Amino acid sequence: MKLFRVRGGVHPDYRKELSSEKATVPFPLPQRLYMPLQQHIGAPAEPVVQVGERVLKGQMIARSTGAVSAPVHAPTSGIVVDIGNHTAPHPSGLPQRTIVIEPDGKDEWAPLPAPVADHLSLTPADIAKRVAEAGIVGLGGATFPSAVKLDLRSRCRLDILLVNGAECEPYLTCDDRLMREHADEVMDGVRIMAYALEVQTVLIAIEDNKPQALAAMTKAAATLDGDIRVIGVPVRYPMGSERHLTLALTGRETPARKLTADIGVVVHNVATARAVSQAIRAGRPLISRLVTVSGSAVAEPKNIEVPLGTHVSELIAFCGGLTEEPRRIISGGPMMGQPLPSTAVPVIKGTSGILALTEAETNERPAQPCIRCGTCVSVCPCGLVPVEMAAFIRKENLEGAQASGVLDCVSCGSCSYVCPSHIPLVHYFNYAKGRINALERDKRKRDLVKRLVEARAERMEKIAKAKREALAAKKAAAEAAKAAKAAAEAAAKAAEGEQPAAAASEDKASA
Amino acid sequence: MTVLIDKSGPYAHAPTSVQRTMTLVLAALLPATAFNIWLFGWPALFLFALTLVTALLTEALCLRLLGRPTSPTLWDGSAALTGWLLAMSLPPWAPWWIGVVGSFVAIAFGKHMFGGIGQNVFNPAMVARVALLISFPVQMTIFTRPAPIGQAGSPGLIDSLAITFGGRFDVDALSAASALGHVKTELSRGIPVTDSIAKAPELMDLALGMAPGSFGETSAVLILLGGAFLLVKRIISWHIPAAMLGTVFVLGTVFHAIDPGRYPDGLFHLLSGATFLGAFFIATDYVTSPVAKQGQLVYGVGVGLLTWIIRSYAGYPEGVAFAVLLMNAMTPLIDRGLRPRVFGRTRRGEPLPVKGGK
Amino acid sequence: MLAAVGSLAVLGATLGTLLGIAARYLRVDENPLEAEIEALLPGSQCGQCGYAGCKQAASALVSGEAKPTMCPPGGRETAAAIAAKLGVTVDLSGAEEMEPEIAFINEDICIGCMRCFQECTTDAIVGAPKQMHTVIGEVCHGCGKCVEVCPTEAVEMRPVPVTLASWHWHKPVSRMVH
Repeated sequence: MKLFRVRGGVHPDYRKELSSEKATVPFPLPQRLYMPLQQHIGAPAEPVVQVGERVLKGQMIARSTGAVSAPVHAPTSGIVVDIGNHTAPHPSGLPQRTIVIEPDGKDEWAPLPAPVADHLSLTPADIAKRVAEAGIVGLGGATFPSAVKLDLRSRCRLDILLVNGAECEPYLTCDDRLMREHADEVMDGVRIMAYALEVQTVLIAIEDNKPQALAAMTKAAATLDGDIRVIGVPVRYPMGSERHLTLALTGRETPARKLTADIGVVVHNVATARAVSQAIRAGRPLISRLVTVSGSAVAEPKNIEVPLGTHVSELIAFCGGLTEEPRRIISGGPMMGQPLPSTAVPVIKGTSGILALTEAETNERPAQPCIRCGTCVSVCPCGLVPVEMAAFIRKENLEGAQASGVLDCVSCGSCSYVCPSHIPLVHYFNYAKGRINALERDKRKRDLVKRLVEARAERMEKIAKAKREALAAKKAAAEAAKAAKAAAEAAAKAAEGEQPAAAASEDKASA
Repeated sequence: MTVLIDKSGPYAHAPTSVQRTMTLVLAALLPATAFNIWLFGWPALFLFALTLVTALLTEALCLRLLGRPTSPTLWDGSAALTGWLLAMSLPPWAPWWIGVVGSFVAIAFGKHMFGGIGQNVFNPAMVARVALLISFPVQMTIFTRPAPIGQAGSPGLIDSLAITFGGRFDVDALSAASALGHVKTELSRGIPVTDSIAKAPELMDLALGMAPGSFGETSAVLILLGGAFLLVKRIISWHIPAAMLGTVFVLGTVFHAIDPGRYPDGLFHLLSGATFLGAFFIATDYVTSPVAKQGQLVYGVGVGLLTWIIRSYAGYPEGVAFAVLLMNAMTPLIDRGLRPRVFGRTRRGEPLPVKGGK
Repeated sequence: MLAAVGSLAVLGATLGTLLGIAARYLRVDENPLEAEIEALLPGSQCGQCGYAGCKQAASALVSGEAKPTMCPPGGRETAAAIAAKLGVTVDLSGAEEMEPEIAFINEDICIGCMRCFQECTTDAIVGAPKQMHTVIGEVCHGCGKCVEVCPTEAVEMRPVPVTLASWHWHKPVSRMVH
């Protein structure tokens, strides 16, 4: 199939051989499970269990709240020992509301929704509903609730489902192993999603450095009818970026600030497809996922099927521990992954890999002045000018940075990767994006405050006016009453004085 | 176990560094430099060494005065490269103070006065060369015939010291004009190009380097090899060299066809003077050339155009230095106007229209 | 030469007269800038800047008596907007004192007297008589009036807490001089 040209990109040292030939192993039952209430984009889930309660495997322990949200399920049976703040697997190290479960070792399943043998018996809306109830989110790392993405069929005119098996980040091999070992399950999920999205064409993109995965998926696709194509894409980072993958395969360029769905394409990760298959066929909610543990500082890199909520420290111990003090511990890949504040944080739905990288692997050096070589410009897949944006940000000129397009940056890291002066370009852009968003929030708050202050002032004014009027009315009434009283008194007095006279005049009249 | 989080990703880096880049450029220059030092004898070596050492000393002095640490900046190779390129543009038998003054001007005024590495608007080596050319026109335009070390006619060590440091330079006996200079002088005397070319060094000699000129003006072949090395190593891209060389060649060829007596042809322009050196090593200087590829093409065309114009119409026989400086001044404007198209947006910056979906 | 001097003198005199006439008859009486600056300020008349109200603060800003960074509840955004309106530059990088603060009611000390409730300029305090009062953080903009009226000193100003939603990366530290 003809592929379209995508600009820029880099060729990092992939080092996938550290774990690509290691078959997936299941993780033995962890000591404790920490399930944060927010493992997805959107509103955090609300707990539906209490401390001390026994929960079963696959039981919903927190329900979704609002349109963009996802529920959380217990990865194994056990007792809820705490619902409180624990360190989030986030670079800030801030705490997050988490449900802590102590496994009882029985691994007892909760009653699950009925398995569905023929997905065509369900309507697309039903499928989306079951996917939502299973707590499935984008497992490529974005963690966007998958049901919401499936529902895009009602908002946009869709014609292509693009299944992302590119896995362009170095070290990560979990999607590769998944496609090799469970191609049938993945393809089944793809079939269900295509039906749910009501699209005719399915494209499955896999990078050319995964020949076995390409073969396995092609074989599995051959058993299905319909327009399903497995396509090998060139090995280049960031081929797996959904906008660039869409461009490469369909030639359609997603307009700025829009979704790929707005141009007819929905992108889902292969692991998400497999989770959908399990949810519909077996009624299984999302309670575990494949994680690659790798890096030179790990004794035995592995691909592991991990129950969600397992602490990273237990994972690393399972892999033989650390051979040396790592320079960085990262959740995800080295290019776009997030550094972890410690290993006492859980694996969550979006954790595709845990990397312990040494100094030699990260190749970090102190930053030197920019020499304007322009390499960052030639590798940027978004056509931006990183050297210019970084210069603006260094001088705190955020408007200039915004005008240069920093909000169009996807933070892929290609520019930082190649900079000969080792300038932390993406760090500047992350900072700028954070500040710009904070300023937007501040502005919205100021507008709100202004409206409230004015509303209150108006209300106070009304109350004061009403008070004044009431007071004036009262005064007037009092005056009127006083005047009436005085008049009455005067009339009574006059009447008294005149009565004998009136009586006399009456007698006179009658006489 | 807590790990320090001081910066965000990415946490992988290519094996690139400023030092590696500069070292590769110096390596690319090495063949041509070594050949030319051999070609012009010991005085050339002394001048070259002196220029280079002065560049490094001036850099150290400036860093000290500015209160910045000398390491690693002194050894990142940028000062050495500036001194090296300046030396390449000097007449090989020039007196020692030409090299010293030139280096000092290049580093102190051409680089640090603007704020140090990455901040200069103009190419420091060219700033120095032009300053020298205008201030000391005699010493800067006396070229000698090649006198390879070991062959007859080449001065011995003592004689060379006398030439470089003692000022013993017998102008009439030893000087020879460079090809471009010869053509221009003859034109001004009314002798058409077609005749003077016959007396100018053969094209092959120009290409191989057996002709009078500054270090970098000769041996086009070795410079070309160095340039190819840089292209393969991805240190430079093809845009600026191709644009500059293409423009010079096209203009030369077209105008030679129009008036062969007035204008030398395209190949002559390419092989004589500092065209190749300028195209691969001087115009491609990172700091003073545009960052985006589109801008680099315009810049290259500009340098080529100005070089040809100055060579053909202006008072100086060689125009690369001036052309480069003039285009350096245009670089910020070019960067402002010519940039890549942002993904998802039109050239004007508006989001692309939505189609094929809603 | 006399012609040159004469003609320039006449030109100068004519233009000067025209300018004088314009200055008298085309003068703009009221300074609309003050009203525009006042619109940028929160309008809660909290008095933290030292002026009686936001209108007086706007006058002081226009006359140059006050710096653009003088409004604590406005924060950095307001300072930047005022500076842009006035056409001056303002250095915000070192302005730690501009970190926004919001009120916090210490529930152990609060007696439910409702005085802060009535003072709050944005109705950010919820409560009822003899019931616990609390501050809605998203609405409070730190004017500080509640702190002044509380009889038991149960209200204090605290920096806005950082949450996972509001956290962002810090600026990279640069050793470079430029």
